[in-house]
Amino acid sequence: MSEFLQQLVNGITWGSVYALIALGYTMVYGILRLINFAHGDVYMLGAFFGLFAARALGASEHPSALSALLVLLAAMAGCGLVGIVIERAAYKPVRRSSRLSALITAIGVSLLLENGGILIFGPDPKFFPQIIRSRQIDLGAGVTISNQQILILVVSLALMIALRFIVLKTRVGKAMRAVSHNHTAAALMGISVDQIITFTFMIGSMLAAAAGVLVALQNPKIDPLMGIMPGLKAFVAAVLGGIGNIPGAVIGGLVMGIAEVMVVGYVSPAYRDAIAFVLLIVILLVRPAGLFGKAVAEKV
Amino acid sequence: MTSRIRLGIALAAIAALGLLALGCGGAGTGGGGNSSGELVIGEYGSLTGGEATFGGSTRDGVALALAELTAQKQGKIGGLNVRVVVEDDQSKPEEAATAVQKLINQDRVIAVVGEVASSRSLAAAPICQQNNVPMISPSSTNPKVTQVGDYIFRMCFLDDFQGRCMAKFAAQNLHLKKVAILTDKRNDYSVGLTQYFGEAFKSMGGTIVVEQNYSSGDQDFRAQLTSIKSKNPEGIYIPGYYTEVGLIGRQARELGIKVPLLGGDGWESEQLLQIGGVDLNNSYYTNHWALDAPDPKLQSFLKAYRDKYGKDPDAIAGLAYDAANVLFQSMEHLAESDAKTFAGLGSKGGATDRKDAAKKLRDLIATTTNFPGVTGNITLDENRNASKPAVVIAVKDGKKTYAATMNP
Repeated sequence: MSEFLQQLVNGITWGSVYALIALGYTMVYGILRLINFAHGDVYMLGAFFGLFAARALGASEHPSALSALLVLLAAMAGCGLVGIVIERAAYKPVRRSSRLSALITAIGVSLLLENGGILIFGPDPKFFPQIIRSRQIDLGAGVTISNQQILILVVSLALMIALRFIVLKTRVGKAMRAVSHNHTAAALMGISVDQIITFTFMIGSMLAAAAGVLVALQNPKIDPLMGIMPGLKAFVAAVLGGIGNIPGAVIGGLVMGIAEVMVVGYVSPAYRDAIAFVLLIVILLVRPAGLFGKAVAEKV
Repeated sequence: MTSRIRLGIALAAIAALGLLALGCGGAGTGGGGNSSGELVIGEYGSLTGGEATFGGSTRDGVALALAELTAQKQGKIGGLNVRVVVEDDQSKPEEAATAVQKLINQDRVIAVVGEVASSRSLAAAPICQQNNVPMISPSSTNPKVTQVGDYIFRMCFLDDFQGRCMAKFAAQNLHLKKVAILTDKRNDYSVGLTQYFGEAFKSMGGTIVVEQNYSSGDQDFRAQLTSIKSKNPEGIYIPGYYTEVGLIGRQARELGIKVPLLGGDGWESEQLLQIGGVDLNNSYYTNHWALDAPDPKLQSFLKAYRDKYGKDPDAIAGLAYDAANVLFQSMEHLAESDAKTFAGLGSKGGATDRKDAAKKLRDLIATTTNFPGVTGNITLDENRNASKPAVVIAVKDGKKTYAATMNP
């Protein structure tokens, strides 16, 4: 039993990372109907920005909650900026073209970030400094959790609540929801659609950056291709929850994390990556709109 | 319209530059010294990617051997200049095959040094064998590597021996009875060690309570470690490479697994402790040497290495240094005993001359006996493997220390 509970704890922390990345996919899709395949690479950039911030602050010599927070904020700010640049430079010019052009552009941006990362950061793995000392906490019944795992959970939860607040309670959020319903109608109501889209990209990229830093804290080996697999799996998580649906992305991420850990723990580690795609196929067959998505009839 | 013209001009300029570069390259290779050209030695390794320190150390070890040759004999063997060409395989087996193809076909190397990882040596060895180019792997330990053919050699012990040594150390020195194994299933080296360690440990009366695996490049090992923990092993054997081992060590300690972690020479890297930190305390791994051994050859190598690179070498660098020196020695023997055939090794030799010379060079490498290497005396057996003792290194207080020597 304690083994099962421990696996559950492992799965939930790993899943909350997927949830953070999946939120970015889902938000962009909700507003633009675009699957931003470069999102996993923004997650990678988040980890690297965190690394540079930690080095600049000398955070590894003086680990403290404050420096960890600064590192997190710096990475989020950096990636927010990158998100804006990506949107303005790559996606905006093709917004009026077919959806396929946008999708191909997204793949192009993804390749650019990965190979640009190899060029600039170097292809060998980098060591992420310990800005928070790892400590383990006994939950009883042989189940332990580390303070870093708790941090992942708390920060993810806080960011998700903040996002929910922005979307539901603020003027910008209202505008975002309006734009996601209909661009033209929103524009007629005096909403600056361009600004809202840019804002959405910024928020999504910031969430990915947070996920990048949190994962790097716990598994301090980062490299320019680290975003590919988590990016794909978070995409599956977003589809699982119903792409375009924010609570759906969170649930989808958690389901993915738990499913992955349980498969490794009880079936075979060989299926670790396969389970994500099995889930994708099953959900597309059984419930194509996802767990929380509403099926919308396409106008032909 | 103007923009199209401009584009045309730009394209033409690029094409012209490309031709110019090609032309220069041709002239460059054509203008090499005396009639037999030079002696080109190829080296391929993982300069980038997951095991970047392996490739870097190999390169540095070979470069130090060449620097000493330059200091002592103006970098010449038998009157010909020695040059080393290094290729990066990005820690990927398929790239290793490409790198060796290039070394043989374009750079016309007479012998190849590499690789560290057995899966990459196994990808490249058939190409060297086919082209009759002797290949010396400094530190690939999987038995299959030299079984590829009679042109493939190695400077280190084998995995069956290494696995047996760790099993013996675990059973007799640490008094362990129940051990778990965590294998990198995508890695020939790791799969081989798992088998040899398991067989030996069971024959000594121990039990393998659980075997789990992962894939190189994984980040999260908590699921595997949790199910290992539930079986209460007294030790965990992790025959992987240092990047993953570092992460596994951290996550194991976080999950409250306090038992010793055991491993093989894939742990040998300065980055092991950078990634794993103090979480790797109470760990042991088999290695090719211990830096604090009082061997004068080793100590003078250490000094030279520290002077040149400003850091301590790992065993990978030492083995590469030995591999290069064994090769140099064999080439010198050939130059002394058969100058006519030796001339065929030069980069300008004809195809048949080169083939004959390569055959002779192979024969000379194969007879290497009691070569005084920094990683111990090297004698190659009839299967072209070196038989040497293994050293067990303990990690204590975040430092590597010598623990035991295990003889074959």
